Amino acid sequence: MTPGMPRWTPITAAISVGAFIGIPTVALLMRAVAVDPFATASRPDALGAAFWLSVTTSLVTLVIAIIVGTPAAFALARVPFPGRGLANALVDVPVILPPAVAGLALLLAFGRRGLAGSWLADAGITLAFSTTGVVLAQCFVSIPFYVRTVRAAFLRADRDLEAAAMIDGATGWGAFRHVTVPLARPALVAGGVLCWSRAMGEFGATLMFAGSLRGRTQTMPLAIYALLESDLDGAVLLGGTFVVVAVGILGVTAFVTGRQPRAE
Amino acid sequence: MLPTSPPEMGATRLQSRRAFIALFATPASLSACRGTNTASSAQTTPEPEPRVSAESNDVVMFAASSLTLVLDKMWQAFRMQPGNEGLAFTANYGSSSQLRTQLQEGAEADIFASADVAQMEQVAKAGLVDGNATVFARNRLVVIVPKGNPGKVTTLADLAKPGVKFVTTPPDVPIGAYARASLKKLASDTANGNGYDAKVLANIVSEEANVRQVVVKVQLGEADAGICYATDVTTVPAGEVTTIDIPDSANVVAEYPIAILKSAKAPAAARRLISFINSPSGQSILVAAKFKPA
Repeated sequence: MTPGMPRWTPITAAISVGAFIGIPTVALLMRAVAVDPFATASRPDALGAAFWLSVTTSLVTLVIAIIVGTPAAFALARVPFPGRGLANALVDVPVILPPAVAGLALLLAFGRRGLAGSWLADAGITLAFSTTGVVLAQCFVSIPFYVRTVRAAFLRADRDLEAAAMIDGATGWGAFRHVTVPLARPALVAGGVLCWSRAMGEFGATLMFAGSLRGRTQTMPLAIYALLESDLDGAVLLGGTFVVVAVGILGVTAFVTGRQPRAE
Repeated sequence: MLPTSPPEMGATRLQSRRAFIALFATPASLSACRGTNTASSAQTTPEPEPRVSAESNDVVMFAASSLTLVLDKMWQAFRMQPGNEGLAFTANYGSSSQLRTQLQEGAEADIFASADVAQMEQVAKAGLVDGNATVFARNRLVVIVPKGNPGKVTTLADLAKPGVKFVTTPPDVPIGAYARASLKKLASDTANGNGYDAKVLANIVSEEANVRQVVVKVQLGEADAGICYATDVTTVPAGEVTTIDIPDSANVVAEYPIAILKSAKAPAAARRLISFINSPSGQSILVAAKFKPA
């Protein structure tokens, strides 16, 4: 029982939030199920291409986040090095940057005439207008979410348990694998879900940096945006698919981690 | 329980509320005064003009993105005319197809200015247009390449070279439809070779949301070439893009229709604006921006 206020206050608040999120979701799903995926000749191709492109690029982004982001988060939390304060601040920048600004910044950095991009162009590598560019844009905006979540978990981790493991003979790496990571597992999963969903939903930065071309760079959000003008029902169907996939991933994650909110 | 303000705040609250109302009432009554004509100047109390209470002071226009800079100039000139000083202008720029979708889904505006007849016809078919649409300007297409010409595109035939990064819009955006029509006309010219338009379309690396985005991609040097309106070139700082002309035989005449919408909240002001746009002063502003007159 929460002290200090009648029980119906938090319940009403929870129902309000639920309704606020639920009503648009239900409205979208209700219209989406009424759409025939094969009604127009171009619809199945456009929807399918966008779906698979989104899934593959965001999974690649997630893998990169885990491989690169986990040790980076550990270093930011535990390992003092010169410039760590700056690195910590930089990790937060993509989170507050508007996506279109992120896209512009990526262009000015990695575009053909960009700061680093001009060198890449000389070597024959162009990132803009490519699927690699999509992954790059997704990484830029979503890896910070993973790193921030995991960094916080590593900061909170109980050093005594790790020290105890090492006194009992574990190596540093062993302690990390068998003590630190399992303890941080909920945060790793939460960070992964945040990162993946941010990558799936990325719109402004990919549109600016990678462009929009079916099959190559037109992810689901970009396809929905383009379909709004040419095939509204197709946009609704793709939007509904997005919701189903997102809810599915969240459901699977909750099941896998076995986390339930605990009663006080 | 929410904290209540102490009783002595009540008096100041009331005063500030009165001041608040006075602040807003004064301009309304002043504009009412301005509206009275000389015949009633003998009256001691000015009567408010009917249109102040019935009509909004804000003219809302949904306009094609290629009109972005010229409409601002148009409004500045329109506002200087007597009787228009109290009016405000809100423009919603976007691709005409995007604006058409917004209107079809219930967005309200006074005027719709489209970059092609097709989008205006769809809006009219949805029963949203009040009266008839009239063409107020024309435009033509050009090819633009970035400064430094990274794709080495110097002639129209070069657009078909494999590997050229060509950007355009989806075909339902006016510039996308016009560009594809123009490429088709160029394909029938034997000098360009068979399947010219298919080769150029195969070079598309991105379909941007509207013509301004196409211009930006070329301006930044990311794209090797793009097709835009002749008027868009005037908005880019000198030297950042180079133009390749499309001959009249293969060019398209882009027609810009304009119409009052049934959802207009300022219809009288909107009609005056459209008359101004069609008047010689309005048309000269368009011509100065490299549009062709109606």
